[in-house]
Amino acid sequence: MNPQPHPQPPTDDAPARELSSLYRPDSLHIRCFIYISFVLLALGGVFGTLQALDKMGVDLYQFLPGNLELYYMGLTAHGVVLALLFTGTFIIGFLSLAVVHGLQRPLADRGLAWATLAVAVTGTVALLVTIFRNQATVLFTFYAPLKAHPGFYAGLVLVALATWMAALNAWLTWRAWKRDHPHERTPLMAFAALCTWAMWFLASLGLAVALLVYLLPWSLGDEAQVNHLLTRALFWLTGHPLVYFWLLPAYLSWYTMLPAQVGGRLFSESLARLVFLLFVVLSTPTGLHHMYVDPGVAHGFKVLHGVMTYAVIFPSLVTAFTVVASVEEGARRRGGRGYIMWLLALPWLSNPSVAGQLLGMLIFAMGGITGLINSSLNMNLVVHNTLWVVGHLHTQVAGAVTLTFMAISYWLVPFLSGRELWGRKWAVFQVWSWFFGTAIMARGMHWMGLASAPRRTFLTYAPYAERFSEWHWGGVLTAAGGVILFISGGVFLFVMLRTIFGRRLAQPMTVPEAQPLMEPGAMPRWLDRISPWFALGLALSAAAWLPSLWRMAAEYPTMPGFQLW
Amino acid sequence: MDIDRYERTWIFLSAAVLIALMLALTYSIYGLDIRLIGDAGQVDPAFVTQRPPFDQPGVYEEGPGRYRVVMIARAWSFQPAEVRLPAGAEVTFQVTSLDVIHGFRVPYTTINQMIVPGQVSEIRYRFDEPGEHALFCHEYCGVGHHVMEGRIIVEPPTTPAAAH
Repeated sequence: MNPQPHPQPPTDDAPARELSSLYRPDSLHIRCFIYISFVLLALGGVFGTLQALDKMGVDLYQFLPGNLELYYMGLTAHGVVLALLFTGTFIIGFLSLAVVHGLQRPLADRGLAWATLAVAVTGTVALLVTIFRNQATVLFTFYAPLKAHPGFYAGLVLVALATWMAALNAWLTWRAWKRDHPHERTPLMAFAALCTWAMWFLASLGLAVALLVYLLPWSLGDEAQVNHLLTRALFWLTGHPLVYFWLLPAYLSWYTMLPAQVGGRLFSESLARLVFLLFVVLSTPTGLHHMYVDPGVAHGFKVLHGVMTYAVIFPSLVTAFTVVASVEEGARRRGGRGYIMWLLALPWLSNPSVAGQLLGMLIFAMGGITGLINSSLNMNLVVHNTLWVVGHLHTQVAGAVTLTFMAISYWLVPFLSGRELWGRKWAVFQVWSWFFGTAIMARGMHWMGLASAPRRTFLTYAPYAERFSEWHWGGVLTAAGGVILFISGGVFLFVMLRTIFGRRLAQPMTVPEAQPLMEPGAMPRWLDRISPWFALGLALSAAAWLPSLWRMAAEYPTMPGFQLW
Repeated sequence: MDIDRYERTWIFLSAAVLIALMLALTYSIYGLDIRLIGDAGQVDPAFVTQRPPFDQPGVYEEGPGRYRVVMIARAWSFQPAEVRLPAGAEVTFQVTSLDVIHGFRVPYTTINQMIVPGQVSEIRYRFDEPGEHALFCHEYCGVGHHVMEGRIIVEPPTTPAAAH
C-alpha cells in the first residue's frame, strides 16, 4: 500500500476542490436524480429480500404492519420501484452528465431540466401512493383486464414523460453544440448517450399508446372495455427494449469511462459507435418473445421476433471483444503479462468502481447465455413464466446494470458532491458481495425454474409447493442470495450516505474519459449520424409489430376491468 | 474503417454462431414441427359459459385414444379441477378465461400456456406414463393466484375411459 498523504486542511474557496464551471449549472439536478434513485433502491430492495425468503417458505410479511403484509402489493412495489423508477432516475442523471461532459457544455435548457425532475417526482409519488394504498396491485407489467387506480397509470405517463424531456434536453444540447462545431464528429460519450435516448424514444412509443389511448381512459371510466391483448402486446413492444434502456448507460460507462479508469484506451471507437447504432435499430422488433405462449398471436411473427432477438445479441458480442481488449490494454500498461494472467493486474480489490463494473460484465455474460435460451421458442416452453426467467432478469438488472450503476456511483457521487469517497474497503466488499449475492440468488431461481416453479407466486402458501421437494434447495439459495443482497445494498447506501455528508475532496476529480487506441481518422460519416439508423429502426419495428397490433385492435374481444386484490 | 485483425475474426465468428442458431431455430420449427400455440379462435367473453364448447366444461372422448378437455380458468380455479385420462391418449385441451389472464402449467411437460379471456388456447399433449400431474396458474391473477391449481390423473390404459 502506498502511504496516504495527509489531507490538506479544508479552506472553503480552494478552486481545486470546486466543481469546474462546466458542470456547476447542472450539478444539483443531476445529484437530485442520483440521490432519489438511491432512496428508491433501498425501498424496492427491502421487498426483494422478503420475496427471496418466500421462495424458501419463510413468510416475514405476517410481521409487517397494515398493508405491508400483502405479498402482491410488495411485489408490485418491487417491480415498479426498481425496474422503472430506480433505473429511470439514475439513468436520467447519469446520461445528463455524459452529455454535459461529452459535449463540454452545460445542458441547453436548465428550466427544462428542473421541470424534468418535477415531473419525475410527481409521477413517482403518484405511483407510490396508489401502490401502497393497495389500489394498484397489478405488478409492474399491469396486464389488463386487471384494473388499477387511474393515479397509477397517470404516474407511469409522467415518469415516461420525464424520460422524454431528458431526451429532448440532450438533443437540444447536441443541436447547439453542432451549430458551434459544424465540421466536428460528435464525441463518443455524448454520441452513446444520444443513441440511448433515440433507442428509448422509439421503444417507448408502445407504452405511450397503451397508457394514453387505452389504459388511462379505461381506468377513468371513459371507456367501459379494454383491448387486453393489444395493451399487453404494446407493453412488450416497450418492455423488452426497456432492458436495453437500462443496459446502454452501463455500456456507455464500459466503453467510454472504464478503460480510462484502468489506465487503458478504447480499443476501437468505430465499433463502439456501430454497437450503439445497432441497438437503435434492433432493440424494438423483438418483444413478442415475451408472448411466445400467448393465444391469438400469429406463429410466424413469434418466429420473426425470435430471430430478431438473436440479432440483437450481435452488438453485445462485439462489445465483449472491444471492452475486454480495452481493459486488457490498461492491464498491460499496469504491468500485466501473459494470455490470462494480465487479469490479475486489474484493481479487483483496491478500486470498487473498476471491480464493480468488471464483475457486472462477468455476470452479464452468464445472463446473456440464459437469454439466448429464453428467446429460443422451443426451449422457452420449458422455462416460460418460471423462476428461471426471474433468475435471468436478475443477472441482467440486479447484476450487470445495478452493479455497474453502483460502481459508477463510487466516482460520480464524490465528483458531483465534492466529497471524498468514504470507506473504500467497505465499497470493495460491497461490489463483491453484490456479485456473489446476485449469482447465488440467480442460481437458486434458475434451479427452481427448471423444476417448473412459477414466477410471481406466493409460494409459501401455494398448496402444490409441498409436492415439489426439488424446489427446496433452489429456494434456500434464492433466500441466501437475497439476504446477501440486502446486506450489500445496506453497505452501499451507508457508504453513499457517509460520503455525501463526509469530508471534502482533497484533490480535484475529473470525469474518466477513455481516449481511442487507434485514431478514428478514417471513420466513415455514417457512423456519426443517428437519424438514418433511427428511421431504419422505426421501419423494422413497424414491419415486425404493426400487422399483429392491427389485427388485435380491429378484431379481438375486449373486457371490462377486474380488481382481484 | 480500420478494424483490428483479431477483432474482425471475432466479429465474423459471432455473426456465424448467431446465424447458425437462427437456422437451427427455424429448422426446429419448420423442419421438426415444434410448434407454439398460434391462433385457435376467439370467443365472446360475455357469453363464454352460454355457448359451446365452454357451456359444458369436461373431458370428452372423441375417438379411440383421442380426448378433448374443455376447461375454463377463472379467479382462482380451473373447471374441471380434476381431469382423468388414460395413458397414451392424444389429448387436446381447449381453455379460455372468464376474467383476467391466467397461466396453464403442467410441470415437467411442455404444457406451458397463457389463458387469455376472449381467446381459446388449444394445447395438444400425450401423457405416456400413468401418474398424477399438478396443474397450476403461473400468471399473476390477483391475491389468490397461488392457490389456483388443478390436477391431471393419468390412469393405466386398461381402466375404462375417462370420467365425465
